[in-house]
Amino acid sequence: MAEAGPASPAADAAMAACLFALDPRGCGVLLRARPGPARDAWLALLRRLWPDNRPLRRVPVGIPDSRLLGGLDLAATLAAGRAVAERGVLAECDGGAIILAMAERLEPGTAARIARAIDEGEVVLERDGLTRRLPARFGVVALDEGLAEDEVVPRGLADRLAIHLALDEALLPTRMGETDLDAARALLPRVTADERAITALVSAGLALGIHTLRAPLHALAVARAAAALAGRSALAEDDIALAARLVLAPRATRLPAPPEGADNPEPEEPPPPPPEEDPTTETDPRPLDDLVLEAAKAAIPPDLLADLQAGLGARRGARSAGRLGAERKARRRGRPAGTRPGALRPGERLALVETIRVAAPWQRLRRAERPASGITPRVIVRREDIRLVRFKAPTERTAIFAVDASGSAALARLAEAKGAVEMLLSDCYVRRDTVALIAFRGSAAEIVLPPTNALARARRALAGLPGGGGTPLASALDLVGKLADQVARRGRTPIAVLLTDGRANVARDGTPGRPKAEEDALAAARQLRTQRLPAILIDTAPRPQPMAQRIAAEMGARYLALPYADAERLSRAVRAGMELHP
Amino acid sequence: MPDDAIPRRGGASVVATRKPTRRPPFPFTAIVGQEEMKRALLIAAVDPSVGGVLAFGDRGTGKSTTVRALAALLPPMSVVQGCPYNCAPDDAAGLCPACTHGGEPQVASVPVPVVDLPLGATEDRVLGALDIERALAEGVKAFEPGLLARAHRGFLYIDEVNLLEDHLVDVLLDVAASGENVVEREGISIRHPARFVLVGSGNPEEGELRPQLLDRFGLSVEVRTPEDIATRIEVVKRRDAYERDPVGFAASWAKEETKLRRQIVSARNRLGKVAVPDGALDRAARLCLALGTDGLRGELTLMRAARALAAFEGDPAVTDHHLRIVAPSALRHRLRRNPLDETASTTRVERALAEVFGG
Repeated sequence: MAEAGPASPAADAAMAACLFALDPRGCGVLLRARPGPARDAWLALLRRLWPDNRPLRRVPVGIPDSRLLGGLDLAATLAAGRAVAERGVLAECDGGAIILAMAERLEPGTAARIARAIDEGEVVLERDGLTRRLPARFGVVALDEGLAEDEVVPRGLADRLAIHLALDEALLPTRMGETDLDAARALLPRVTADERAITALVSAGLALGIHTLRAPLHALAVARAAAALAGRSALAEDDIALAARLVLAPRATRLPAPPEGADNPEPEEPPPPPPEEDPTTETDPRPLDDLVLEAAKAAIPPDLLADLQAGLGARRGARSAGRLGAERKARRRGRPAGTRPGALRPGERLALVETIRVAAPWQRLRRAERPASGITPRVIVRREDIRLVRFKAPTERTAIFAVDASGSAALARLAEAKGAVEMLLSDCYVRRDTVALIAFRGSAAEIVLPPTNALARARRALAGLPGGGGTPLASALDLVGKLADQVARRGRTPIAVLLTDGRANVARDGTPGRPKAEEDALAAARQLRTQRLPAILIDTAPRPQPMAQRIAAEMGARYLALPYADAERLSRAVRAGMELHP
Repeated sequence: MPDDAIPRRGGASVVATRKPTRRPPFPFTAIVGQEEMKRALLIAAVDPSVGGVLAFGDRGTGKSTTVRALAALLPPMSVVQGCPYNCAPDDAAGLCPACTHGGEPQVASVPVPVVDLPLGATEDRVLGALDIERALAEGVKAFEPGLLARAHRGFLYIDEVNLLEDHLVDVLLDVAASGENVVEREGISIRHPARFVLVGSGNPEEGELRPQLLDRFGLSVEVRTPEDIATRIEVVKRRDAYERDPVGFAASWAKEETKLRRQIVSARNRLGKVAVPDGALDRAARLCLALGTDGLRGELTLMRAARALAAFEGDPAVTDHHLRIVAPSALRHRLRRNPLDETASTTRVERALAEVFGG
């Protein structure tokens, strides 16, 4: 890797392919990229490096358990007259790797099955009358095309993949110099990691707010592979820095606190020290810690960095992928998600192949038991054989907009707030969400528009919204809560978007007076929190208001100040909020 | 039951096809921190009647590692040799049909089963079904016991328990409630004992647990990632050492494991002799009252867990010390949700503890 400059994202991306080819189990890759030339180039590079004698298979997103884990090979079983097991993809890829296409659409259950096999290095098959343990030591490349924030790879799986790599269109992996993977593979088991390296990676992980302890372990594996690739039997600082960039940086949920003594008194050393330096020489442990942290910090992707600076990072990581909770088991609509035994009632759909698969092995028995008289059907199917198609449909969402149209907010900001809502509305339209609109001014809040998917109506109602009067924030929050409850009862998932400056001056009972009004508003916010309603509060004041921040905190909402929120940021925040489910 | 439906002895599914080449599990005693989870599992090992352990929490905290480590730790148990249901030779009333007819049983010592219920399991393998092989080859109806039979007198572990499919949850609830598994298939009816300690783990972010299933667990523990750097480094170091040399690592902890195993055995022997004073009963009742837990289940579990802990620690009687330690695990999942109080359940239990036992 001599010709690529040190620490360039393109070189790191190419390096990731190398590391994966060397140690697929230790250096799993989550590749976040649109399908396109960059991703193709990366995959081509991987295939070029991949040893010929090892499987590298693409796994489609909707793969059924029978193909993933294995099961009874019906045709072979009937032909042979004894149970013949069919190996699933995971067992077939023992010693190799799988490439998960569209991993962001993977069912949580499927992801959990893969995760389990990753952990155990084997598939435990308890299916179709078979009990088998099949070795399944494979690496995983998960292709994540979900560039929207509400589409993320199931976190249990993402957590088990060491390298998180984002490729954008412009970024093509640079050509690698020839690397001797066989020599590296032989060296890998002997690469040792000293205490300093472990300490440095663990502390860097903590400083970046990375909770899971898998991250430093992954980093250690990546550093080891990097050392082996460079022909070293001990970790050098370069290896550790690379691991920090590939493993730790993309997982950061916060920026490290600046070191004591804010400005650096010493002249800055160039981050990658000369590689000739013997890594095992006794040096002060601090510099290595700092180096790792610096490397990680420098490699944090720009959009994540922006979020972290805005204090959004912790939320972003904290609760995503809770989609399952809001995914109802719809009986008749949505995506098929496996089969289940049950009675064939009207409206159910028979899983014909699965039913026959269950019935087939018993045909000989049943035929023998059948009275000789009468006609014998070709296949004797009994009630207990019936398998039905299971469906899963994500619940539809309803965005409840509550817009502060009071005098304090209205005069300067109402137009802007309307603009923001309008933009969010078009977002909702794209997602087929329904919307509701609440306006509050004067003495109380009112529902201007009940939940609807007629976005044009919402837009009209919004445009005609008059401004002026007091700020009855408490009753607005109460109304949001009530409406959210109604929405949830109808089986939809509510999310609240509140636009206000937080300057409540009308109490619940409609009487003016700031102290009582604020107290009521905070109480209402706390009440809302118990509903565990995903919410966003957009502060519409010219400068951020402490009261608005307090309200947001009390109701557990994400806080966003409009002056700093451009259209893109706003829409991104709401989109991210959409995936926060109780 | 027709003759040919009598369970086979020593069937292929009963002797777990464990290859000797499998690496040894991470030793239980080498797990850093996670005291509450470890304690809950040990309590269940001392007294299975506490009714199961649920470990819910952060990813990558070694939840499944800990449960799998338990299997290697547990002292062996004696069974009727070759019985697919792990029948206890000294329990004449609880014998399966095969053992009842079998005359004087041969006794064998086997590891306590810790059976994994993998997410992709099909119902026939969980409950047991007719042996597909013999049906095909010989046209004979022979019952092939499932995972529930294998878990009898041991542990049934479900990782990602909140992702378990609904129809399997129903089956489990039914069997766990009755302690017996009934299979009707191809015109035969099999009935066998299935009493096991249910152990579940999962991450709440993936979805909520069905309330009926939550109720089944005696103890519920919250698992958090350790925050302090020294602990984190130790975790990473040990894991790394294990990954690089599982056999050597396990060997270096063998002494600790033996010590803990002995402690479990002597705790079991002592369990019946641990006194439960009226004062402790009274305080347990007051604690449950203060928390408004539903029904008597909480109180019973609290007492049993405290008694098992006392036995484990070698104490002659249950004291406030034991109650305090086990109360969060025994009660936190039994609290009614109060809309005006969003305080975490653990905090509420601790508050009630302070009230009842004094600061």
